[in-house]
Amino acid sequence: MQISGSKKLQNSESTGWLMAFPATAIIGLFIIVPFLLGFYFAFTNQRFISPNPTEYVGTSNFHQLLDLGVLTLEPERDAATQEIKKDASGAAAYPTVRSLTRNNSEMPYYDGMREWFSWHSGDNIKVVVARDVVFMKAIVNTFLFVLITAPLQGGLALLLAMMINQKLPGINIFRTIYFMPVVVSIVVVSLLWRFIYSGDNGLLNAILGFFTFGTFKPVDWLGNSATALPSIIAMSIWQAVGFHMVIWLSGLQTIPVSLYEAADIEGATGWQKFRFVTWPGLRNTAILVLVVITMQAFTLFSQIAVMTQGGPVDATQTIVFQAVQHGYAKQDIATGSAISVILFIIVITISLIQRYLTREKLT
Amino acid sequence: MANVQLRDVHKSFGATHIIKGIDLEIAHGEFVVFVGPSGCGKSTLLRMIAGLEDITSGEISIKDRVVNDLPPKDRGIAMVFQSYALFPHMTVRQNVGFGLKINNTPPAELESRVNEAARILKMENLLDRKPSQLSGGQRQRVAIGRAIVRNPEVFLFDEPLSNLDAALRVNTRAEIAKLHNDLGATMIYVTHDQVEAMTLADKIVVLEAGKIRQVGSPLELYHKPNNLFVAGFIGSPKMNFMEVEAVSSSASGVIIKSADFTEQRIPVAKGNVKAGDKLTLGIRPENMRADTKGDLKISGKMELVEHLGHETFVEAKTKSGVSFTGLIDGETLVKLGQDMALSFKANDCHLFDAAGEAVHRLKVPEIVHA
Ligand SMILES: Nc1ncnc2c1ncn2[C@@H]1O[C@H](COP(=O)(O)OP(=O)(O)O)[C@@H](O)[C@H]1O
Ligand SMILES: [Mg+2]
Repeated sequence: MQISGSKKLQNSESTGWLMAFPATAIIGLFIIVPFLLGFYFAFTNQRFISPNPTEYVGTSNFHQLLDLGVLTLEPERDAATQEIKKDASGAAAYPTVRSLTRNNSEMPYYDGMREWFSWHSGDNIKVVVARDVVFMKAIVNTFLFVLITAPLQGGLALLLAMMINQKLPGINIFRTIYFMPVVVSIVVVSLLWRFIYSGDNGLLNAILGFFTFGTFKPVDWLGNSATALPSIIAMSIWQAVGFHMVIWLSGLQTIPVSLYEAADIEGATGWQKFRFVTWPGLRNTAILVLVVITMQAFTLFSQIAVMTQGGPVDATQTIVFQAVQHGYAKQDIATGSAISVILFIIVITISLIQRYLTREKLT
Repeated sequence: MANVQLRDVHKSFGATHIIKGIDLEIAHGEFVVFVGPSGCGKSTLLRMIAGLEDITSGEISIKDRVVNDLPPKDRGIAMVFQSYALFPHMTVRQNVGFGLKINNTPPAELESRVNEAARILKMENLLDRKPSQLSGGQRQRVAIGRAIVRNPEVFLFDEPLSNLDAALRVNTRAEIAKLHNDLGATMIYVTHDQVEAMTLADKIVVLEAGKIRQVGSPLELYHKPNNLFVAGFIGSPKMNFMEVEAVSSSASGVIIKSADFTEQRIPVAKGNVKAGDKLTLGIRPENMRADTKGDLKISGKMELVEHLGHETFVEAKTKSGVSFTGLIDGETLVKLGQDMALSFKANDCHLFDAAGEAVHRLKVPEIVHA
């Protein structure tokens, strides 16, 4: 009886669907539907709460975020001689950017853009203008964060993994210590590090002061636009390095000891053993670590939200922070969605490039 | 002269004493096989010679030079691992040439030495493949190639054949023997398989629990085992052991009896065997015959009969409950459950005292000393 009963359950299609329903529903509701809605909202003027009906607005959200232009500012010249007019201190006078981007009917595309950065080119000044300068800074900061974090965090994690992968007494204590920050919420970690980085009586300043016998001038690490992003990078590397260390460690342990012994017999040095045994044996692990770090780094948000709110002077703006700012703080769901779509395209492009570059080369 | 000497060599892992005092002389060009049951310390001993494990106490010298503190690469050895230990991402050519490359051998010389090794091992056609594209036997060949190319004075093999199938094992065994012949190098070979030991060795070292039980040529070990352990380990199928009692002893032998035998004189040296001593009689299954023409007869009920064609393996139990085996003529009619008498010659018997030490045999085939 029992056997036939369980047979029946196994063969019953509806039971199967019923059992899969809770998980499917949750994944659908919280991942698939928002993902698709994000694409949809990105092309509308959807707001969080609005009396007006949602309208299709084409790609205007993307233009609003991504439009860039280059203006050439020519110095003012004497009408007759074409000489450049100099003021008393010998500096040339240039028209303002604003005069070109405000109600300038000759260049409607530039209307409303603001200066992002500029440089001198001969007598002229080239000005790169963007419609959303803050978002441009967010993109640059995010890429900076990824480009610095990925190799440093990956490399440091590998170094730790190799040190930990030795049979020494008490080595497990170090594994635990390095892994501990991983299990602590990043929000908590960020809060704690705010104290470490604090300008007046932060731990970091105290330590630096101690080791330099008081000659070190305290720095407001998070309040200074030159040190804010590097500070967040350093903390982020520290926080997740243990996680990647464990991944490397599992990769290291798949390399047979006999390969190292064979290399020893051939007289390989430590570096040669790394170069010819360890590193080739870690190929697949390296791809995994690289992809995971890259993806995590692109979604940098919590540290910013807790520690700097994008400041000072937009020095720590990031793509996801901007998405949240637009979507919730400014209640502009449409722009928030458009930013998410842009991030999605960036991340998927980079993953595909990484997959291509690290593909198995057949001989 | 690449001789190898071990003097009172000990090894402990932490508090566990694994190698318990090994003294051994290996002459130049000798093929020595370490054999013993799994876990007896064969690999550990070999790895100590290689320099992969350090030596807890004692002294190992190669070419009359103490190597205790030399790294593996300076010992003039090459090692072939059971798992082959080929570098998976390198081609065969790169694997074989690895040691030469990292020691900055000029490319032209590297090329010619790799090709020479490939020629010796007949694997020229495999040089551009990766290990994953090779069969087990081919990988083993590459591993041997990597050893040859270093021109070592001593080759070390750790169970090189145990990952191969039976047919390939026989082939590769023959090739290793030929290689030893051609290169004339000293070879030390570890195996748990006594057949490999018998077929390859000039000298077999039988190990048990970190100690040498006997050193000798294959035929010496077969015909003159020093103790029960060696007697049981060397030879396949295993030697039969039966409890017997000494009736009397004299210069011409020891007279024994048991529940299954009538009194019989076994030609062994008298030693210190006295009447009434409990002894163990050893007789190899292949010395059993399916008639009653031998000096000693034993009969029992057939419990296992395996017809192999040219011979038949039988296992039987006597009325007193003693099991014995025999390898008898393949044309003898034997049936399971049948009562049957086997017999054997007194000259073929071995006797062991209560401590398991052999009583010296007086009649040993000429071939042992040839
Ligand atoms: N690195 C090690 N640490 C601790 N014990 C070891 C180590 N290597 C080997 N042993 C022990 O030493 C004994 C002999 O091992 P081994 O030489 O590999 O035996 P064999 O090769 O004869 O099968 C085994 O009991 C094994 O558990
Ligand atoms: Mg072993």
